[in-house]
Amino acid sequence: MSDFNMPSLGADMDEGEILAWKVKPGDSVRKGDVLLEVDTSKAAFDVEADHDGVVEEILVEPGHKVPVGTPIARIRQTGEAPAESKPVPAPEKAKAPQAPVKVAAPKSAGQAPHLRITPLARVVAKDLGVDPAKIERGSGIDGAITRADVERAAARHEEPHVVKAPPPPSGADKSKREGLRDAIAAAMSRSKREIPHYYLSQTIDLDPALNWLEKLNAGRPITERILSPVLLLKAVAHAIWEVPELNGYWIDGALNQSESVHLGVAISLHSGVIAPAIHDADDKSLEQLMAALADLVQRARHGTLKPAEMTDSTITVTNLGDRGPEAVYGVIYPPQVALVGFGAIAPRAMVIDGQLVARRSVIATLSADHRASDGHRGGLFLRAIARLLEHPESL
Amino acid sequence: MSELKDTIVGLLLKIAPEADAAEIKPNVDLRDQLDIDSMDHLNFVIAMAKQFGLEIPEKDYPRLTTLDDCVAYVQSRGT
Repeated sequence: MSDFNMPSLGADMDEGEILAWKVKPGDSVRKGDVLLEVDTSKAAFDVEADHDGVVEEILVEPGHKVPVGTPIARIRQTGEAPAESKPVPAPEKAKAPQAPVKVAAPKSAGQAPHLRITPLARVVAKDLGVDPAKIERGSGIDGAITRADVERAAARHEEPHVVKAPPPPSGADKSKREGLRDAIAAAMSRSKREIPHYYLSQTIDLDPALNWLEKLNAGRPITERILSPVLLLKAVAHAIWEVPELNGYWIDGALNQSESVHLGVAISLHSGVIAPAIHDADDKSLEQLMAALADLVQRARHGTLKPAEMTDSTITVTNLGDRGPEAVYGVIYPPQVALVGFGAIAPRAMVIDGQLVARRSVIATLSADHRASDGHRGGLFLRAIARLLEHPESL
Repeated sequence: MSELKDTIVGLLLKIAPEADAAEIKPNVDLRDQLDIDSMDHLNFVIAMAKQFGLEIPEKDYPRLTTLDDCVAYVQSRGT
């Protein structure tokens, strides 16, 4: 008789939720048979038997979350005598699985018997505070709940469903901070685990753009002035037209290119970084982009962003500001496929027309998903940004 | 003077709601101590302009670096 423990299905997994048992006490199982489905908050996994035997007892019922190493069933090995009625001593301590557990590939369509939901939808549901179990039937394959279903559900129930209700005042900051930290940790770990990043950089001469902008701003009242990051955002949005495969999502093994350009803009809060979207950034004038960015930053600081803004960016831009480091090589926000980074604008030595000159410049970087695009195309994208910024009046 | 300072702190707290008014140091760069970016700072300058009825040209932004700077700037502009 041996305990069957909650297996570790990844280095970052510390607990798992039992979605369903595929066996019941008395069933004979063979090595490799699926015993149960476990949800790790990122995907549902089938867990297989690691040896032949007979299921004696199910110790943890579906719907319960237990730490890795917790005994969840007792399985009598073939040839072993049936368990007697004497109580089995309680396990002293959670321990690692007694044998390597074979795990089937993560099910992209998350085919838990009670809940078919895509991994993206699951993440989005968590972000939006939607209980996917309450969505009757999804619009995806075999009725799987998709991101769109979750977003529709969130929109329908926006009021009652705001699970992110302000926590009680005491310790509120701390829990908010920890919640955001957890979300960042989960997204960034997933990114580095799943996305084969490649990185490119290009130094861009910004003198023409900044000179043009200073002239423009000099004649404007303060509320109509444009900040330099807005020029950079606009250049990114237009460069996407030339290399559209950087704009979209990698879902279920394929690139889903987006027709719209929803620019995620990384905003640093005390509690962590968030990247809400400026919708249809490519169609906006500099003035509209400036207003959108000012509004977004202000609402981000006050915690009044809308759920859609938090989840539907098609590409993200991180600008570490005029006081930031030289360059930033970002981590892609999954399931997006690219992230553009800008370092500090500063005078740098550049060779222009054969002359060594000091020019205000910025180092633009691209982190991109090599499954969705190649370095050659990524290079074209950075060059397009540089070219667009040489002619700011056309932005 | 302190009323003016309080008004400016009030504007700052709208831009940086996570900040603690009591901890804003009068002579330290606001952007550094409040950890705000150029967009926040511009929002702050716009709020200053509205509050005090000033037209603040871009070249004056560096004169609004610290809380003391801001107080002195508003006073110098005759409000």
